[in-house]
Amino acid sequence: MNAALLLLADSRLPAGGHGHSGGAEEAVRIGAIHDLPSLAAFLRGRLATAGLVTAALAAAACALGGDRRAGADRPGDGDGGMAGTGTGGTAVDDWVRLDGEADARTSSPAQREASRTQGRLLLRTSRKIWPSPVLDTLAGALPQGAHHPLALGAVAAVAGCSPAEAALAAAYTAVTGPATAAVRLLGLDPVAVHRLLADLAPALERIAATADASRAATGRAGAGPGGEAATAGWEALPAHAAPALDLLAEHHIRAELRLFVS
Amino acid sequence: MTPVGAIHDDHHHHAADPHGRALRLGIGGPVGSGKTALTAALCRTLGRSLRLGVVTNDIYTTEDADFLRRAGVLDPERIAAVQTGCCPHTAIRDDIAANLDAVESLEERFGPLDLVIVESGGDNLTATFSRGLVDRQIFVLDVSGGDKVPRKGGPGVTTADLLVINKTDLAAMVGADLTVMSRDAAAVRDGKPVLFTSIREEPGAHAVADWVSGLVEAWAHEHGHEHPHPHAPV
Repeated sequence: MNAALLLLADSRLPAGGHGHSGGAEEAVRIGAIHDLPSLAAFLRGRLATAGLVTAALAAAACALGGDRRAGADRPGDGDGGMAGTGTGGTAVDDWVRLDGEADARTSSPAQREASRTQGRLLLRTSRKIWPSPVLDTLAGALPQGAHHPLALGAVAAVAGCSPAEAALAAAYTAVTGPATAAVRLLGLDPVAVHRLLADLAPALERIAATADASRAATGRAGAGPGGEAATAGWEALPAHAAPALDLLAEHHIRAELRLFVS
Repeated sequence: MTPVGAIHDDHHHHAADPHGRALRLGIGGPVGSGKTALTAALCRTLGRSLRLGVVTNDIYTTEDADFLRRAGVLDPERIAAVQTGCCPHTAIRDDIAANLDAVESLEERFGPLDLVIVESGGDNLTATFSRGLVDRQIFVLDVSGGDKVPRKGGPGVTTADLLVINKTDLAAMVGADLTVMSRDAAAVRDGKPVLFTSIREEPGAHAVADWVSGLVEAWAHEHGHEHPHPHAPV
């Protein structure tokens, strides 16, 4: 395992994550989360849906970010050594298309906005910590902010992590953010909440492995050395929906009192 | 794969680079001490001579930003609100990403600006701003918290570039001795300035505004920022 993964998954990484609850604030407001068992159910549901999707997107972004061409603006700029996107488009095109896949999997506008905000802040911070043309190209390709899993995956690649590790970090942050928010909002025992997170560890690994396997099946990166056409597109990545999370996000953005951005 | 740590010349995203950008001034202090009132006073007094932007860090929703917008002291578009997820001090000290983003968005949209004020959410006596977010900071106390607060110190009281002690009009009613506060503050602040205000009685807070004007002028002079325009639109 790459030690940089620990930095990337740490809630102390100064990338604005502390302001997001991943729907937990609204769930607390309507009473859907009110104690440890209801928090556990929320986290399990979030991990199996949004967690899996975000982990797969992060893995795909990590594979793309690890491709030499990912930092180039024009085809051929990256010397073609590992050209694996196989589309003949530019790196900018690839990032925009992967971002479109994230958009298509995020039906709530409030969630899209929150994801882009977090992605923008993560890139802003990470470009100073791990400077790289890959991150510059991604930031330039999506000036409003790349979706969070794209930023996370690209940063993971630049920091030397594998797509499987990027998927694990994405799945981890998908549950730790809401868990911490619930501690702050409900005054739950933080030790008990961490026990709950520890219980989720095997599920986290399973989800991350599933996500990375689905990424590998798309064959988007590390395809043939000649950059031949990919076997399957990113559209085949997991697209599990969570209508309840979508509704929570949409109600949250309209709430009178909000402590969290999302 | 790209070499990690490759040298890359990109000053645009180097927040600490002071050249050609506005002075960033933090205003922090406990809940209810008058941070928002002081921010409004500064906008009122300096808004005609300086190009301003304001970022508020509300504890809930956009209460402070709404107050400032309603006060009509600044173009509402130039007031941005940041939510801090129950952690007002985290957003100004440990994880300043959202605030930096808000400050730079204001500068990109309305720039060049002379001064961007970042008002923290109400917090405790240990709350201070990161130097990565602001260049100078004001800590606001009020007399009704008790006249022993300056003696208690804490990073806000001891290290802020300016300590403002507000609500002097209430001193007699709460039994606060301003002489004691002044003496204690001077003792823990190592010569850094302290100003007493009653923003309710003097809504322009001119003494503080003068101090801020001096900072902005020195900043512009030192960092090659174009000189504040005396008749810039509010």
